[in-house]
Amino acid sequence: MRAAVVLFPGSNADTEMVHALGDITGSPTSLVWHKDAGLPTGTDLVAIPGGFSYGDYLRPGAIARAGAIVTAVRAHAERGGLVLGVCNGFQVLTEIGLLPGALVRNSHLRFECRDVFVRVAAAGPFTENVGRVLRLPIAHAEGRYHADEETRARLRDEGRIAFQYCDEAGSLDPDANPNGSLDSIAGVYGGPRGNVLGLMPHPERASEPFVGGDDGRSLFDTAIRWHEKKSRAA
Amino acid sequence: MKATVYVRLKTEVLDPQGRAVLGALGHLGVSGVKDVRIGKLIEIELDDSAGSEGDLEQKLSKMSDELLANPVIEDYEIQLGD
Repeated sequence: MRAAVVLFPGSNADTEMVHALGDITGSPTSLVWHKDAGLPTGTDLVAIPGGFSYGDYLRPGAIARAGAIVTAVRAHAERGGLVLGVCNGFQVLTEIGLLPGALVRNSHLRFECRDVFVRVAAAGPFTENVGRVLRLPIAHAEGRYHADEETRARLRDEGRIAFQYCDEAGSLDPDANPNGSLDSIAGVYGGPRGNVLGLMPHPERASEPFVGGDDGRSLFDTAIRWHEKKSRAA
Repeated sequence: MKATVYVRLKTEVLDPQGRAVLGALGHLGVSGVKDVRIGKLIEIELDDSAGSEGDLEQKLSKMSDELLANPVIEDYEIQLGD
């Protein structure tokens, strides 16, 4: 699986994303600048990393839509290619319309930087084992997932709620919701084949034991298996 | 020509900033404040090449739909002129 990590001015979690994809899972990974017109030939997965693209001006992720690379990312997603947006990357994906909903100010107004538990709520290209609880770090002030009732009902019915904040045992305790996200939503799937995933927690920051946990690695390993299966079927 | 775009959080979206200001006003001893919601005011200067007033309204709506406001969480209102 060949991966490309998209860099916007203000992205700051690109190094660990490249490390997780390239060094830990061994996927050839390149960096792409937002002004580039296209993705490297043969890109299978596009990752939009965390950070504060364009200083979070206007709204987090809003200015990124003007980047030339966005057209290529959108086309890649529409072809069924894998797209992963983490934290600010998730915000960018909602702003460019690849994922439903929006990420707004945490209900208690604090920047949250700590480990949380999320449960896998749907199987998809990045997730297997529905119900599995992962421990992943978050680092955001604007991660409260908002979408209207109708959209959330659709997400539920279509099995597109990928992750929900929970306690260690996997219960959706409101106290385990770090930002006030509606329905405790931490990540959602979108795209024509559920091939686009956005989530607020940082799997790339928890992908090897020495940093305190490697639960995040499962997302990358699952994506590689999904991609290999798809390639064999083609 | 000057244009102003007012961007407001939709009423169903919780506004923790407004709530914090509401609390602070209470702490300052201000009474009678029922609710506070915080939005944005965007001032735009247009030059003559931007077109007639009709064109401008259309142009500003497009700008607001595509960038200035996020329709999932925000409503906007355009005011043309000073």
